[in-house]
Amino acid sequence: MDDSQYFNEQHLQVRDMVRAFARDEVAPVAAHFDAISEFPWANIAKMAELGLLGVPWSEELGGAGLDLTSYMIVIHELAKVDASHGLTVSAHTTLGTSPIVYFGTPEQQQRYVPLLASGRVMGGFGLTEESAGSDAGGTQTTAVRNGDHYLLNGTKRFITHGGVGEIFVVTAVTDRDKGTRGGISAFILTKQNDDLARAAEHNIGHADELTPMPGFTSGRKEDKLGWRASDTRELIFQDVRVPVENRLGVEGEGFANFMRTLDAGRIGIAALSLGIAEGAFEEALKYSTVRRQFGQAISSFQGISFQLADMATEIEAGKHLVYHAAAMLQRGQNVTKAAAMAKLFCSEVAMRATIKAIQVHGGYGYTKEYPVERMMRDAKICEIGEGTSEIQRLVIARELLRDVTA
Amino acid sequence: MKIAVCIKRVPEMDVTFKIAPTGKAVDETGLKWDMSDFDGYAVEAALQLTEKAGTGEVHVISLGPDVVQETLRKALSMGVAKAVQLKCDTVPFDAYAIGTALAAELKDGGYDLIMFGKMSIDGANGVTQFVVAELLGLPLVHACSKLEIADGKGSARREIEGGGELVSFALPAIVSIDEGIARPRYPSLKGIMAAKRKPLEVRPAQLGEVRLTIETMELPPPRAAGRIIGEGAAAVPELVALLQNEAKVL
Repeated sequence: MDDSQYFNEQHLQVRDMVRAFARDEVAPVAAHFDAISEFPWANIAKMAELGLLGVPWSEELGGAGLDLTSYMIVIHELAKVDASHGLTVSAHTTLGTSPIVYFGTPEQQQRYVPLLASGRVMGGFGLTEESAGSDAGGTQTTAVRNGDHYLLNGTKRFITHGGVGEIFVVTAVTDRDKGTRGGISAFILTKQNDDLARAAEHNIGHADELTPMPGFTSGRKEDKLGWRASDTRELIFQDVRVPVENRLGVEGEGFANFMRTLDAGRIGIAALSLGIAEGAFEEALKYSTVRRQFGQAISSFQGISFQLADMATEIEAGKHLVYHAAAMLQRGQNVTKAAAMAKLFCSEVAMRATIKAIQVHGGYGYTKEYPVERMMRDAKICEIGEGTSEIQRLVIARELLRDVTA
Repeated sequence: MKIAVCIKRVPEMDVTFKIAPTGKAVDETGLKWDMSDFDGYAVEAALQLTEKAGTGEVHVISLGPDVVQETLRKALSMGVAKAVQLKCDTVPFDAYAIGTALAAELKDGGYDLIMFGKMSIDGANGVTQFVVAELLGLPLVHACSKLEIADGKGSARREIEGGGELVSFALPAIVSIDEGIARPRYPSLKGIMAAKRKPLEVRPAQLGEVRLTIETMELPPPRAAGRIIGEGAAAVPELVALLQNEAKVL
């Protein structure tokens, strides 16, 4: 891709910096944190210092004040080396912070966004439940208004940063009869970081000025196939008193707002998928020129080089989808279709590319001596999280058919 | 305290280099470029000196065509206050020519300290700082691995065979920086944003006479494949015989 198609000089500076950071700080520890499945606080502290946990938010709110293309570059470059680090940025920024930036009152923004944008505390987003995933309308968590507060009850599942986070935006049913058409609201909840001791070693992950809400806890940590350095847990609400001032947006508009958040989130997961694919491709390309069989580098065999050609072509196409969607979002255009297309394509490219990368590595690729097996495990969830591939096809088809049948 | 750091844009080294068709230069196709490693240590050390002192500023100077602005901007995004490009079409190989241009720029800059990397990682001559020191009549401490400035005086540590030596010197002075002094910081996103608003001045380079040029460059000859003559003690007699008779090293 000709960089000047989507990037200006500042984007390239951001890319150079994140590439160097990923190469020197993330790559050496990625396999370790995957193996022990722990949150990499030391690197989180460094990322906070560099401004990577609040890329697109204004400097007044403690962010770096860059555009959405820069933000996607950060996710993409981190994920080339380690998907978990890329996901941390994406889930924290788009899911955990953006609803407060976009739908919060000035008071809510002042109170929570600087803590999140600076990376002092981690944020998350609670939508998925046992019986509500792709079907957000199946939300069972309830919020019952009682004077100056709501009482929240229910359980969220598969919540990124569930344990390590302190600020969460969650959805709950405020009017069962209205369902997704005005019956779901969003709230800002606070709890204490469950991994406080390890986080404190790096002076990050906690803010004293946040009051944990009694009854709001995290559940068990998921033992996952991939994204293992990312913390995924249940969120449990037992009679949590949430002040009315912590309701995000108008009562009943939580669902509509979340749909907008998901559009941006999908471009982030697309960028992350693209990173995984490109990282695997680079490993395969390098290995194929070093590994010799029958007296020559295996890259000289068409069976290998054609796989590399296919990977590179799909990655190139994915870049255009991701950075085009990011530019559209930056311009304020509707990206529902573009985001779903980018996410669908790139997550499937990540899966295909990582499988090919293992094949190019042969038996070595199946071992933990090389990073491609981790990349394959990290790729699979990209076809599931933040809307499965099936849901992306549904969204795209709905947008297409609306245009014809309207 | 006012510090100038002279930096050079060099190719990243983790590639297989090719020689250009002229036979006198490296083929630049596909190369990636960055600030020379030792220059990065010097920029970091300079920033730390002013941060520790709580006052002063760091300027960077680079000589070359407009592409060096990329390297200068990286230094600005690390926290440097001002950058100067001494513009010329190509960077000469002769350190005297380069040093003359740098000295002309530095002479009336009012700098307390002028810093260099101990050598560029591409040319690897390590001479430019000596030329500048000579032209400006300033003391030079070469290859410092530690540096402190206090009360208008400097002290530096140099690594020497089997130990180190401490050198003290009066300001203004020139120091060149060895590895181990400080790991260069990554430019933060805030730094990258701030760099856009910082001055980057461009002036023609007043190069000195070029008296050294590269005539030809050649790659080392490819190494012949190794030979396995056996394993363990059984292979020793033949190995010794080969070392004596074929390699003639015993």
